[in-house]
Amino acid sequence: MRLLIVEDDPVLSDGLCVGLGMAGFTTDPVTTLADASEALQTGDFGGVVLDIMLPDGSGLDLLTELRSRGDRIPVLLLTARDRVRDRVLGLDAGADDYLGKPFDLDELSARLRAMLRRHEGRAAGLIAWNGLSLDPAAQTGRLQDRLLNFSRREFAILHALIEHPGHILSKSQLEERLYGWQEEVESNTVEVHIHNLRAKLGRDFIRTVRGLGYRLAGEDGT
Amino acid sequence: MSIKLRLFLILALSTGLVWLSAVLWIEGSTRAQVEKVLDARLSESANMVSSLISDHRIEVGDAASRPATITMPASGDYSRQLSCQIWSLRGDLIGASSGAPSSRLAGREGFASSQIDGEEWRVYSVRNDDLGVTVMVGDRVSVRDNLVYDVVAGLLWPALVILPLLAVLIWISVGRGLAPLERLETALRARSPSDLSPLPAGKAPREIRPIRRALNSLFSQLERVRRTERDFTAFAAHELKTPLAGLRMQAQIARQARDDDARAKALTAIELSVDRTDRMVRQLLDLATVEGDENPPERFDLSDLCVEIAASLRQPAQARAVQLSCDISAELSLATNRFLLFAALRNIAENAILASPQNSKVRLAAWQDEGEVIIQVTDEGPGIHPDDLPRVTDRFFRGRATPFQGSGLGLSIAAAAVIRLHGSLTFPTYDKGQTVEVALPV
Repeated sequence: MRLLIVEDDPVLSDGLCVGLGMAGFTTDPVTTLADASEALQTGDFGGVVLDIMLPDGSGLDLLTELRSRGDRIPVLLLTARDRVRDRVLGLDAGADDYLGKPFDLDELSARLRAMLRRHEGRAAGLIAWNGLSLDPAAQTGRLQDRLLNFSRREFAILHALIEHPGHILSKSQLEERLYGWQEEVESNTVEVHIHNLRAKLGRDFIRTVRGLGYRLAGEDGT
Repeated sequence: MSIKLRLFLILALSTGLVWLSAVLWIEGSTRAQVEKVLDARLSESANMVSSLISDHRIEVGDAASRPATITMPASGDYSRQLSCQIWSLRGDLIGASSGAPSSRLAGREGFASSQIDGEEWRVYSVRNDDLGVTVMVGDRVSVRDNLVYDVVAGLLWPALVILPLLAVLIWISVGRGLAPLERLETALRARSPSDLSPLPAGKAPREIRPIRRALNSLFSQLERVRRTERDFTAFAAHELKTPLAGLRMQAQIARQARDDDARAKALTAIELSVDRTDRMVRQLLDLATVEGDENPPERFDLSDLCVEIAASLRQPAQARAVQLSCDISAELSLATNRFLLFAALRNIAENAILASPQNSKVRLAAWQDEGEVIIQVTDEGPGIHPDDLPRVTDRFFRGRATPFQGSGLGLSIAAAAVIRLHGSLTFPTYDKGQTVEVALPV
């Protein structure tokens, strides 16, 4: 899951990128509202971690702007101002969740997963498809009582596909989910990861749609 | 003493004084009137007795016989108080009213005062040459005093009843008059210390209105100060919580990291964050001290101060390989608050060093110029963005182009200190780097 991190403090921003990366998220950091606004218009993000006090204004303004133009992207506000009134203000401005500084990395990851899950319309923590049950918190899967371990990138691809099982995702769409801006995209990696996934899940679990991309096989075997 | 008691005493004493002087005045004028009337009665009675003798309607004896008893013409109580004597020209008492003293009442004709048996008398004597007698009519002065006393007492008794009544009325009136003040007091006393809203606007006497206005303006000033402080505290908390969040995050990363490289990176970030938090706490303390410092001015050499600043900034300067130079004449001395100037220049120089590229120079220069001492700190960094200049001394404001993560307090401290030194802080533009200029009156 790819997240946009809007935080101007370099140590915290770095910590968020590394820490959330360890929890299975792909992250892109920006430090100003202007950069955040631009990134949201061009990039494909699953969610936003947004600080309120930023050098060029309030994160709440960005949030209001997003909601007013109909963008439903999940947003978690991250701020030191965590009195009830601030929380109410933030949630009413359109935030999906609110976390006061300083916070626990595991709690932040869990809240982000819950937020994204709700956004996808799921209540359960596990995602199930075709006999596979996927656990985003542990980054593991279970197929017919067999525990499967995935690498971070394998899991990210599988997670992307299982969110919308019938949809076809192109190679570049998958790459975007895999890499932050600073990371160099290696050619053929998507193919390599798909190959590894098929080895773990069975040949027919992921279908290649020639010229378009990949999708999961339907539960009826199509 | 309360205003109520003071007003009451003033009113009661002045009312009493007015009464007293009225009584004294009435006593004086009554006495004068009584004297006049009674004197007239004396002469009238004497003349009447004299004419009655001439008409032989009063018989007087001769020198050998006992003096005849004269009945005074009746006219009320007062007549009984009169005494009459008739003396022959030879000096024999030939007639007297009952109760008249036996010794001669007066020695000469007309009005006279005399002492008889230890008592003061007022006497009128008239000489009847036809019969060769002198008629004397007199009364005791104590009788006259009693008359005056009766009049005055007639006035004083009601006063004794009225004065306490008046005192009660004054006390009540003063209380009522001061009621608006008391209402103000009650309103103020009932307030909670945090309530700085204006006083209720209702009707108030002209004298109370200025007080209410002054109080309201004080309240609004206090409210402003408190809001500023609250904002400042909220900002400070935010600014401290952010590095704390970074610290916690990096600490968790260090614990969870699977490889040594990631752990080492997290630990470096922790150190960096601790340094920055430490700097921010020091600057918060600096700001508080700068705003409250009351040290007296002292004379010192500017070059010494500069050396001291350079020494305190050795560590950040070395870390960026920045060379800090002082270009100040050894004779340039100043008489001002040394701590405030130190705080201002240290923070400006620290900002300059942190904004400097590696291997560059920060130059401190000072000179005297027509009643002013100009101190400039110049770096070779990217400079402050022109759009940021108006807000650059705002607390916690960080410029958008900051290559380093400052606390946003350095220039606020400098500005606060320079204002307290009655100087000015400006950002003159030159073609390269950033210059911060402090101008102080000599």
